[in-house]
Amino acid sequence: MTTIRSSASEMAAALASGETTSVELTEAHYAQIEKVDAQVHAFLYLDKEGALAQAADVDAKRKSGAELSPLAGIPLALKDVLTQKGIPTTCGSKMLEGWRPPYDSTVVSKLKAAGIVILGKTNMDEFAMGSSTENSAYGVTHNPWDLTRIPGGSGGGSSAALAAFEAPLAIGTDTGGSIRQPAAVTGTVGVKPTYGGVSRYGLIAFSSSLDQAGPCARTVLDAALLHEVIAGHDERDSTSINAPVPHVVKAAKKLDVKGMKIGVVKELQGEGFQSGVLSKFHEGLEELVAAGAELVEVSCPTFDYALAAYYLIAPSECSSNLARFDSMRYGIRVGDDGNRSAEEVMKLTRHEGFGPEVKRRIILGTYALSSGYYDAYYGSAQKVRTLLMRDFNAAFAQADVLVSPTAPTTAFKIGANDNDPLAMYLNDIATIPVNMAGIGGMSLPCGLAEEDGLPVGFQIMSPAMRDDLMYQVGGTLEAALLSKWGGPLLDKAPVLAGN
Amino acid sequence: MAAISRDDVAHLAKLARIEMNDSELDHLAKEMDVILGAVARVQEVASADVPPTSHPIPVNNVVREDVVRPSLTPQEALSGAPAQSEDRFKVPQILGEE
Repeated sequence: MTTIRSSASEMAAALASGETTSVELTEAHYAQIEKVDAQVHAFLYLDKEGALAQAADVDAKRKSGAELSPLAGIPLALKDVLTQKGIPTTCGSKMLEGWRPPYDSTVVSKLKAAGIVILGKTNMDEFAMGSSTENSAYGVTHNPWDLTRIPGGSGGGSSAALAAFEAPLAIGTDTGGSIRQPAAVTGTVGVKPTYGGVSRYGLIAFSSSLDQAGPCARTVLDAALLHEVIAGHDERDSTSINAPVPHVVKAAKKLDVKGMKIGVVKELQGEGFQSGVLSKFHEGLEELVAAGAELVEVSCPTFDYALAAYYLIAPSECSSNLARFDSMRYGIRVGDDGNRSAEEVMKLTRHEGFGPEVKRRIILGTYALSSGYYDAYYGSAQKVRTLLMRDFNAAFAQADVLVSPTAPTTAFKIGANDNDPLAMYLNDIATIPVNMAGIGGMSLPCGLAEEDGLPVGFQIMSPAMRDDLMYQVGGTLEAALLSKWGGPLLDKAPVLAGN
Repeated sequence: MAAISRDDVAHLAKLARIEMNDSELDHLAKEMDVILGAVARVQEVASADVPPTSHPIPVNNVVREDVVRPSLTPQEALSGAPAQSEDRFKVPQILGEE
């Protein structure tokens, strides 16, 4: 019997067999959203009319015997950083309040073409800058495991929607960990594909050399199915890779890691990592060894500098990208009284429209790019990027994939890092190197930390355009853990009381 | 690297076209000092013999034939404009009175 707790693959099978319809499935998810989202606040906007029309369309096509894609009729939650034609898209910012994009992002076009039902837009840190979703201009999202804790960020709305069974699939974007860290702290699966694997057309840019959209789900196979829907070359994104999409669905089904070499990154497990995070990570390693993989310790000495380099490169690119929010063509406009100049209106609008974290990063980036400091800051950070890529190349010469905990801690309390930006930035210490090198990264749940009973994420990193390898290892590890636990980790989460 | 002053932040805010009041400038100057102190570590390993990387994959310029394709109508392109006039974006004055 299919329920909202089923995986997307199970739902797809139930649709194919005629056990349920997409309209029924979509309505069941809206009922759950109505029941729990007042507490979770995963969604910023619901497009009930559009979603039910898409569901009815898929049902009609299925009835007529038309060939459908594997995820046709399955509901999905979309991070509010991607444009969807005619649907409010805010990026979690007051700057874009009320804006309805006149075009679909390529990711959305592909979702629609595959018959996927987009339920609505999910909450996020403003312009994807943050690790807790507390920087949204539209209120915080709560972690379904413990409503007093953060759901990760920036894609906390998408991860919370999955963990609260408001959607079986979601889309996230990952610039320094914004798919993987939310997955880790909510006990869900999140994948950052190889840079260039998924088109960035219609993805509101934060840091263009790092941003990448990817699949979020409750199982590795579901993530793989969604990955194959959204990936592929797009002539509208000049950085999208013109090569075949790795066979990630096939890899996720292999359930075999015999003879594979798993590189354990020495620099990503010591000081600063919570003890329960490390113990669950090591249990995950034991499962991989039991499944026939070989562990190799690898050293990536430059990883210690990755966070510093990231907090120069990402703000620098953001200060340039966010210059487009000038109050002239779209978005809010403040102070246009007929007397003020365009420049004065621009300054007042950006004062009103941007929140504190976005301003902090724009100023930091403006500084790092300014003459006299460029070489010392931005230039040095770009050199660190070269060294990080060399570290990865050396490590991948010894191992097929690399692994680490996804985040140094489990979900922290809402408000815990309010006055300490540097402490907040540390959440991304294990995820950032992947973005800097443009390779693939996945997070999947590996247990609950003993000390607080909260989910821990296991990160798998694969070489560029070998995303299949992380799915192969992730699928195998997931199967081993499920049989050990006797069911999904999310079965251990508290059931949210309804309204 | 030298500590960052309140005046420095005011200058950066001007460059970034963000209005900031005194308390915001004070607050940000303190934060910037701490953050810059932390990120300056990159200089420890960024020696002269290391080439910089701006992009994780080799990026080449992509060109296509210059042919007309379906695109947004003027109405669609202007649909989000804060103000418009005669199928154009209407903006505040960009030159002074004189």
